[in-house]
Formats: sequence, structure tokens, C-alpha cells
Amino acid sequence: MKAADFAYEKPVDLASALDLLNDEDRDIQLLAGGQSLMPMMNFRLAQPELLIDLNGVDELNFIEEEGEVITIGAMARYSQLQASPIISQHVPLFTLALPHIAHAAVRNRGTIGGSVALADPAAEMPALLIALGATITVISKSAEREISARDFFIGIYETALGNGELVKSVTVPKAKKDNVYGFYELTRRHGDYAMAGVAIAAGSIDPVSDLKIVLFSVSDKPRRLKDAEAVLDGKDLDNADAHASVKRALTKFEFQGDLNADAKTKQHLAGVVIKRTLEGMV
Amino acid sequence: MTGPLNIFDKPNSYIGRSVSRPEAQRLIEGRGQYVDDLQLPRMVHAAFARSPYAHAKIININKSEAEKLPGVVAIFDGADFVDHVSPYVGTLTHLQGLRSPPQMPLAIDTARWQGEPVVMVVAQSRAIAEDACALIDIEFEPLEAVCDAETALELDSPVIHDEYENNRAWERIVDSGNVDDAFARDDVTVVERTFNFARHTGVTLEPRASVVEFNPSENALTYHYSGQAPHMMQAILSKILNLHEENIRVIAKDVGGSFGIKIHLYGDELATAAAAKILKRPVKFVADRNESFVSDIHARDHRVKGRIAVAQSGEIAALEIDDLTGIGPYSMYPRSSGIECNQVLNLTGAPYAIENYRAKGTIVFQNKNMMCQYRAVGHPIAMAVADGLLESAAHEINMDVVEIRRKNLFRDNNYPVTTAAGMKLDDLSHQKALEKLVSFMDYDGLRKDQVGAREQGVYRGIGFVSMVEVTNPSPMFYGIGGAPISAQDGATVRLDAAGALHVSSSITEQGQGTNTIIAQIAAGVFGVDMDRVKVTTGDTATTPYGGGTWASRGAGIGGEAVLLASNALKEQVLEVAGVILQSSAENLDIEHGLVVDSENRTERISLGDLGKIVYYRGNELPSDVTPELIATRHFRVTDIPFVFTNGAMAAHVEVDIETGLVKVLDFWAVEDCGRVINPKLVDEQIRGGVVQGIGGAFYEECIYSDDGQLQNASMADYLVPMAAEMPDIHIAHIETPTKTSVLGAKGAGEAGTGGAPAALMNAVNDALRPLNTSIYQMPMTPQRILKAQGTV
Ligand SMILES: Cc1cc2nc3c(=O)[nH]c(=O)nc-3n(C[C@H](O)[C@H](O)[C@H](O)COP(=O)(O)OP(=O)(O)OC[C@H]3O[C@@H](n4cnc5c(N)ncnc54)[C@H](O)[C@@H]3O)c2cc1C
Repeated sequence: MKAADFAYEKPVDLASALDLLNDEDRDIQLLAGGQSLMPMMNFRLAQPELLIDLNGVDELNFIEEEGEVITIGAMARYSQLQASPIISQHVPLFTLALPHIAHAAVRNRGTIGGSVALADPAAEMPALLIALGATITVISKSAEREISARDFFIGIYETALGNGELVKSVTVPKAKKDNVYGFYELTRRHGDYAMAGVAIAAGSIDPVSDLKIVLFSVSDKPRRLKDAEAVLDGKDLDNADAHASVKRALTKFEFQGDLNADAKTKQHLAGVVIKRTLEGMV
Repeated sequence: MTGPLNIFDKPNSYIGRSVSRPEAQRLIEGRGQYVDDLQLPRMVHAAFARSPYAHAKIININKSEAEKLPGVVAIFDGADFVDHVSPYVGTLTHLQGLRSPPQMPLAIDTARWQGEPVVMVVAQSRAIAEDACALIDIEFEPLEAVCDAETALELDSPVIHDEYENNRAWERIVDSGNVDDAFARDDVTVVERTFNFARHTGVTLEPRASVVEFNPSENALTYHYSGQAPHMMQAILSKILNLHEENIRVIAKDVGGSFGIKIHLYGDELATAAAAKILKRPVKFVADRNESFVSDIHARDHRVKGRIAVAQSGEIAALEIDDLTGIGPYSMYPRSSGIECNQVLNLTGAPYAIENYRAKGTIVFQNKNMMCQYRAVGHPIAMAVADGLLESAAHEINMDVVEIRRKNLFRDNNYPVTTAAGMKLDDLSHQKALEKLVSFMDYDGLRKDQVGAREQGVYRGIGFVSMVEVTNPSPMFYGIGGAPISAQDGATVRLDAAGALHVSSSITEQGQGTNTIIAQIAAGVFGVDMDRVKVTTGDTATTPYGGGTWASRGAGIGGEAVLLASNALKEQVLEVAGVILQSSAENLDIEHGLVVDSENRTERISLGDLGKIVYYRGNELPSDVTPELIATRHFRVTDIPFVFTNGAMAAHVEVDIETGLVKVLDFWAVEDCGRVINPKLVDEQIRGGVVQGIGGAFYEECIYSDDGQLQNASMADYLVPMAAEMPDIHIAHIETPTKTSVLGAKGAGEAGTGGAPAALMNAVNDALRPLNTSIYQMPMTPQRILKAQGTV
């Protein structure tokens, strides 16, 4: 379990990082927290020719409040998000979910940008961003563009990131007074990837408006349960009818099993996590 | 039995005290010396290309690209070792009929499990060796793999070894009393269950590691070993590498856990030794986590069909089991892969007075990683089957699960007894342990809580196990079967010129505190303070000959040797002291490093002064006095094959019936391991064991695909028990010393692992009972619990 040979660069600003990244001929990986990349390299599942270490690029590590939004630099670590008063005040969904992402040691290193770029279908952060309607800013040597979280995550480890682009930051709207959030996941051990998990955001709860139910770790990417969202709009969330409509919606959802839970079990557990989250939200 | 009876209440006795481990400070400061810490001049590093297939013909091996890589020193395939290594066969003669073909370090012609080493690369660094492995082009022709033990014996199953007509490795039948008649009685209730125990493995913090040096000028080999049985390794390396035993030195310094994983001969480690001999330079091989999962021995993997007949009184009328287990393609060398199944047959129902017992064990070859002895060999299966059946039967006849045990457990005042399977038991305390457990855990209170919880839709359950543990084995375990495995251990105790004690012992330290209890026993029995005792273990060049630490034998056997040697040395020292002090030795004693008057305990001479007279100023002694300030003693268990211990354990769990997740709320263990030398160490052994038992019950499983690919060979996917999920584990002791030794210590290292799964499974089933469902498959995963309920 030793990584294959690679070249290593540690730029100290974003411009040099982008210069290095602007090289179509080389297989390049960016090193953020390394919590996913290092094991992949040691297993030789990733064999980059060049490793660009972003840990010296301070420009990418920030949490900023600006008007109605919070912008988080790609290199902000989970532990920084947990400790940030800006986050606890304005992004309550993060506060609910962060303790469930891995363990403290991993959160000390793991970054929001790494999680977003990796697009592990079992990861929490992509689901949170979809539920929040976040925007992901990506940048290359020549251009910067914004992609909505909804469009960013394409499939298993697949994103809308193009060649020469890296994740610069993530922008989430501040929570408003009536907004209500819920998060729940089922893991076999604390800190594991979930057997099934859900992040729910509601514009308001009584009556329900602008509901987003995002399931993760049950499919190829975090996916919204749109059928149920539509039915529940304007209704009371925690009652038998609501649960029945969620269950119906789940029968149309495409589940993918893993070692811990087959597709059928995922479907059942998805129903449980949604029910428990909704119960907690009202 | 010899020896003074006052050693346990002497003023400076350490026996029975929770002394801290002297080496803890060193280890915490990062000053441990593990095999991987060794850096030797000219040392090179090994990596292995392993079979990606469960079963495949090796058509061709092309090393040419790899050979060109700078830094590659040598590349060996299986054929390259044929002239250097004698084949070895993992059978034991007392497991009559067990068969297994000869093995070699690397696969030759055919690979028989995914992960079997096929080619070895030796290079300047491990990274280069891995690069080279990737460049080796091995052409395989995949063959149909035999994976499922259930179908391995069917007529249309492929056969793994050409020389055999089928995949059967061994079969044994135990039949005692009249089982058929008992089951046919019309006053008995019969309960039948099928139990499945998944494969799992021991996950050591320090992986398997070896550094082997060869000195051609002396034809001598030094094997730096992370393991439990240095003398066994010495003997088998001598045989297989054709070197004189005395020219092989095996050194095991600090070992980061072993659990039975590091007590076997692995092909990759043997290849490391052979390569060192061929290359005449040190070779290091440290298994990485990934290859550990596919090559460290696996354990369990049993399917047991069991049935029990109980009378309305609760009396067990008969018990019958049929155990099927798959051991991989070979029986592991030198302990064989037959012992676990054998133990299942020997131990199922062993705590209970059962007259009619029949057990059949079948072992099959399969194309999976090798299976062998891991902590609590056979025990978790035997205990879960017997106590699972017993608790089911209790419910069928409406009897409390504690009450049915009271009725059937051997009586405490009736030993020795022989179990239905022929095991001799002595000095046990099943009934006392159960009663202590029941009051210690507040059983009645928990039952009340359970009723209240159920009214709230909360499903809690309580489960028990009454268990025995095989400890302190005599030569009847391995030696009798022809294995070069010592059942006796030795200790040498020496007084130096400064009055300090040096102890060397053939038992080994793998993190459990062996060296601590050696020092405790020596200090207390001889009479010095513990900080004046230096302990050496794990070196065949400097310790007496012995078996090492496994099968819960270190304290009981090795500890007794230390006791006997310390006592002998004390007598020798007092004899010299008598001459110096012109007193009779009987009137003298040793305490806190001083020779004292045995009556009024006043100092007569310090050991330091005595040492100086003996070593430096021998002229002061009469010329016919020839002091021996060193003594060696050995010990083995002779009266009985094994010194069994007993315990009673209980689990309290809460099942989330919607998700299938189980929370272990509390766990209790009452253990009788005879004399407790160090309560803290024993408690931690039991706790650690229970945690491993929780692993087996809920988390750990080597998941194979139908074609024999291990699916979860990483720490991300192979779930070990972790701290956040662990309950409080409450421990109490009963001390019934074994009569086989002065020390009276039995083993304690495997009880938790052996007993916990049974109690946990019974607790889960107790919780599920109102739903009219049950689960007898481990690990009890959320999905399996949901499937048992018919939810998914
Ligand atoms: C024991 C353990 C448990 C874990 N449990 C969980 C869990 O429960 N939930 C969970 O979500 N995660 C979990 N993880 C993964 C962890 O959260 C990772 O940190 C995260 O997925 C990746 O973040 P990173 O900063 O470590 O990225 P890295 O590992 O450094 O990089 C991951 C990938 O993203 C790319 N990348 C990194 N930064 C950028 C960027 N700015 N722009 C473009 N590409 C980039 C890298 O090139 C690489 O391909 C766990 C990890 C471990 C070791």
C-alpha cells in the first residue's frame, strides 16, 4: 500500500495552482484534506502523475458572510465549519449534519471542497448543498463559473468540473426566519457512511412550502424525492397521509444497494429516515 | 505440588494487585520496538503479487518488465523456492483423518484463493517492490471456484485438489449416551435451529511483520518476528529451511496485538526467510492492511444445525449438532485448521450435565483465504449454539432462562466431572457465577424495565451465556499430534550483583501484560520490589524453551514456571545468606530486597551486599560453598488435558425494530479464572474479549462474492467494533484456583470473545420475541434483523 510515483507541487497562491492545473497532458490530482485521496493513492486506485497540494493556498480557506449568502472557501475544513459562529447562526443544516461526517480526526483535515469535488454518493455534504440550493463556484486559469449544486453532482464520483477547473468556493443562502431543516442518517457505527440518510429543507413548515427532501447514500448521487415534495406542499408534515405519500414516492425512486444494505433495505430505511426527520421538524 | 503456601499473603506480594504495566510508559512515549522499526544495513523489502482469482491455473509468469525496474533486487516465483524450502503439511495425527496437501510459500501452477501469494519481489524499498509487482505479467486461466461450504461436497462440485476425490478435509463424530431415544421421548420438547457464523478475522494494530537476516558464515538465520510462539517458529523454520535449530534465532520484541493471527506459518513470511537465505541479506516484509485482509487467517465460518430436547422440568434430555465449516484450500501449518471444528464438537453444551450428546463435524476445502485459530477458537460457536438452543427451549416450556441453567449446569460441589464429549472439568463454579451475575446485573429490575419499555414500543432484551473456556492446555492439544509446539514453559530467575532480579521466560508479550505478571510473580515470590525486576521474553537465544502465549496459557503455565523458579532461587539465596550470616536458612526470609529474620522481620543483609560478596568477594565464603544465584524451572499441566475455566455473562440490548440497529446497553461478565494475578489486566482482557465478541456478533464479516472475491478488504468496509458503540462492560470475579499448580491461575484471555456472542444473540432474540421472530446468524446486521422480521 504505497502510492505509485508522482510529482508534487505545493503552490502558495491560487493563480499558480491554476497554472499548474492547466495541463491537459498530465493526470493531475489536487490534494485537499487527503482523507479520501491518500487512501485511494495508497491503494493505487488513483495514480496521478502530478499532485498539486492546495494546503498552502490560503485564498481558498475562508468563511464569509455577504448579504443574503455565506460563501465558504474550498479549503475550509469540516472542523472549521463546526467551530464557525457564522455557520451556526446562518446554516443550521450544517450544524445538524457535521457531527455525522466521519470522526473528529477526519473532520480536522477533510475539506468542503474535497467532499464536493469527490462526489461520493454516500457523502453528506453534496446532499446538504442540494437541500440548501447552494451554488458551487469553479475556476480555471481562464474562467470562473457558477454551477448550482443540483447540476454539479452527476453520478458516482462524477461532477460537472471540467478540465483545468477546481472548486473555488461554495455559496449557500442564509437561513431565513421561517426556514426549517432536518437531517438524519443511519449508520452501523458512528462516523461511518450512512446506510441511508436524508437532508430536508423547508421554506416554512406550517403550512409546508418549498420542501426539499434529499436522500443520500442510497443511489448513484444524492437525489431529491420530488414526488413526495410535491404532494406534501401545503400540507401537515407528520401524519399518516404524509408518510404514505413518502412511501409511494419511494417505490418510484431508483435505489442502489451496497455491502451494508441491498436496494430493498435502502428503500425501507429511506422511509424510516424521512419519517424520523419529519417528526423532528414539526 | 510443592512450594510454600504463604506466598500469596506475604507483605510484598504483588499477586492479586492491579499493578500498572512497567512498559506502558515506554510504549506511550513511542519507544516501542516493533519489527517495522528495524533498519538493518543492506536490508531490502518484499512485496507480493497475489492471485486476483479465487481459483486459477497459472499459465505463465513474465517477470521481464519488472526485472528492468531500477531498485529491484530479485524476483521469485513458486518454482524458484522448490530447492530451498521443504513442503509442509498442516495436519495433526490426533485429528484422525484430517488431510491437506503439501504447501509451498508461493502458489505453483494453480492459485487457490484470491490473495494467495504468487510472485515475490525484493527491492530497495517497499514502494519499488510494489511498482515491480504491478509490472509482473501473470497469465491466469480462471477455474471454477468452490466457495460455498454447503455445496463443496456435492458430486458436481469442482474438486480443489486433484489428489483427492472430493473437497472433504475432515470429519468427526462424537456420540455419547443414546441420543435418538432421548429425542423420541414423549415428555420432551424439541427445538431445532440453524446457526450461521460468518467468517471474520483478527485485526491487529500492528500487521504481520518479519525481518529476516541470514549469516552465511555461520549458516545462521535471525528471524525478527511479530508473534506469539518464537520456539515454534524456530522449530518449523529449521525443518523447512533445512537449518540446524540452534542456528535459528527468533526474536519477538514488542508485538502490536496478535489474537492468534500471528501464530501460523504464512507463505509470504516463509518466502521472506527463504529470500534472506538465498540473497544473504536482510529482507523485510510488513503486510499492509489490504493484504492482511486477504492473507491473515480468517476464522469461524460455521453452519451449525442443532437441536435440543428438554423435559418439562427443564432437564436437557439430549443435544445434537451438525457443524459444517470451510477452511480455505489447505489446512494451515503447523496447528492445522481442524482445531476450531474440533473445539465446537468438544465444547458445545460443556457447561451442562448432558448425558445424550451427538455431534458431527465436517470440514471442507474451499477457494477462500485460509481459516485457522483465532482468539477463543471454537468457543463463540459452541456457546452460541448450546445457549441459543437452551434459551429457545426455555421459552417453549415457559421457563425462565436463568432457571433452566440452574437446573442443568454442573453443580459446584461435584467436581471433577466429565462432559458428554469427554472433557474433564475440575475446580469450576458455574452455579456460583450465575447467581453472582443475576444479582450483580439486577436481573429482576431489568425484566421489569423490559415490560415497561415494551409498552412504549421499545424492544429491549436480556440474554445470557454460561460458558467454559479451554485454558492452560497440556501436550494433548498439539504436541500429541506431532506439532513442534511446546506445552511446557520455562523461567530462569537470576540475582545480579546489585540485588536486582532478572527473569527470562518462554511466554511472550503481545500487549496483554505478560511481562507485568511475570514481574509480579517473581517479585512477590522471591521478595524484591517490582522495580528491581527485569523481564526478558520473546527471544529463543536467551529464554528457556517453551510454547509462548496462546490458548490462554501464559499466566497459568508460564506464570507457574516463574513461581517455581523464583522459589527455587529464594532457597538458594537463603542458603548462601545462612552461611554469610551464620544462621540457619529456615530462620531467614527475603522481603523488599533484604534478607530478613523470618520471625521479627528485621534486616540481616541486603541482596545487593549478598550479591557483592558472592560475585566480587567470593574469598569471604568457605571454599566448599558454591553459590548458584540463578534457577530455572519448567512447568506443564499433567493431570488433565486442559484447565477449563468458567464464566457467566449477560447482555442487555435495545433493538430498533424499524432499522434493525442494535444498541448494546450493558454487558456483564462474571469470570472464574482461578487466582487473579492482576485484576486490572484480567478485567481488560475480558473487556477486550467482549468487544471482539461484540464485533463478531454485530459487525465483523469477510464478505465474499459468489466467485470468491473478498468484497470488503479495507478498514472502511470491514467493520471492527469501535469505542462509540461499546457499552459499559461490568466485571466480577470468582476465584477457584486450579489444583494443577501452586499459583492456581487459569487463563482469562479468550473468555469475553468466546462468551459474548451467545449472550448478545440471546438478548437480541429476547428483544424480538414479541414479534415472533428470531435471528441465528452472525453478525446480526441491520439488514438481517429486518429480513428476520420480514420488513425487507
Ligand atoms: C475514516 C473516514 C471516515 C469518513 N467518513 C465520511 C463520512 O461519513 N462522510 C463523508 O462525507 N466523508 C467521509 N469521509 C471522507 C472525508 O469526508 C473526506 O475528507 C472528503 O470526502 C474529501 O475531502 P478531502 O478534503 O479530504 O479531499 P481529498 O481527499 O484531498 O480529495 C478528494 C478528491 O477531491 C479532489 N479535490 C480536492 N479539493 C478539490 C478542489 N478544491 N477542487 C477540485 N478537486 C478537488 C481531489 O483531487 C481528490 O480527487 C471519511 C474519511 C475517512 C478517512
